[in-house]
Amino acid sequence: MSAGVGYTPYHPRWYRRRVSVWWWMESRSYTGFVLREISSVAVAFFAVVLIALLRALARGPESYARFAAALASPLMLAASLVAFLFVLFHAVTWFHLAPTAMVVRVRGKRVPDSVILGSNYLAWIVLTAAVAFILLRG
Amino acid sequence: MARPLTPFLWTLFSAGGTVAALLYPVHLFLTGLAFPAGWLPAPGYSALHGLVMHSLVRLYLFVLVSLPLFHWAHRFRYTLYDGLQLKHLTALIAALCYGTAFIGSVTAGYTLLTLR
Repeated sequence: MSAGVGYTPYHPRWYRRRVSVWWWMESRSYTGFVLREISSVAVAFFAVVLIALLRALARGPESYARFAAALASPLMLAASLVAFLFVLFHAVTWFHLAPTAMVVRVRGKRVPDSVILGSNYLAWIVLTAAVAFILLRG
Repeated sequence: MARPLTPFLWTLFSAGGTVAALLYPVHLFLTGLAFPAGWLPAPGYSALHGLVMHSLVRLYLFVLVSLPLFHWAHRFRYTLYDGLQLKHLTALIAALCYGTAFIGSVTAGYTLLTLR
């Protein structure tokens, strides 16, 4: 009995339960979290569209016309529609998250969440109107 | 990823998220849907080109492209870690995400600076 007492080193990883790759389907708040994460792909998609638009503008009128025609293809319209829905989802969830992520104090008092949320939506409306006005002037 | 960089990257993520939330819906709706589908009259080449000639508009467009790209990089990085359980590829994923955002920003900046 004196030879080699069996000793197992503590190793927490051995007791970790495997989590399915689909863990986020288990509850609505997890699904919302993953949809918010995925909305960033729509954001990147549109950033790339904007880069392509700038490149086309730099190359000249013919290049820009080809770019505009490509945007009007059914595939791009469908992609833009999906991206638009995700970007809207991002905007709304981002505004609602802001009061929680950033506590603003004025004279030592916390500004109510509803005020921050309201100013977010107000800024959204004003900027949307300004961009639409500039681009629709002709 | 070096630890001291984390707050800086988080600031880019946060600023980019705000830019994307405030400005992407209207730009995507007009440029991606309303103009190509013909719901609203699209500005022509010369009108857009004239707009982009203003240096303030160029700065605006650079911010409009660059910050949201870094927002994507940060979020997508964690999507890959948590969603697909790729935590062991931390350095590779971070380099790919932020590298892509960097290349996109440089491309946009170069295009805007050299646009005549």
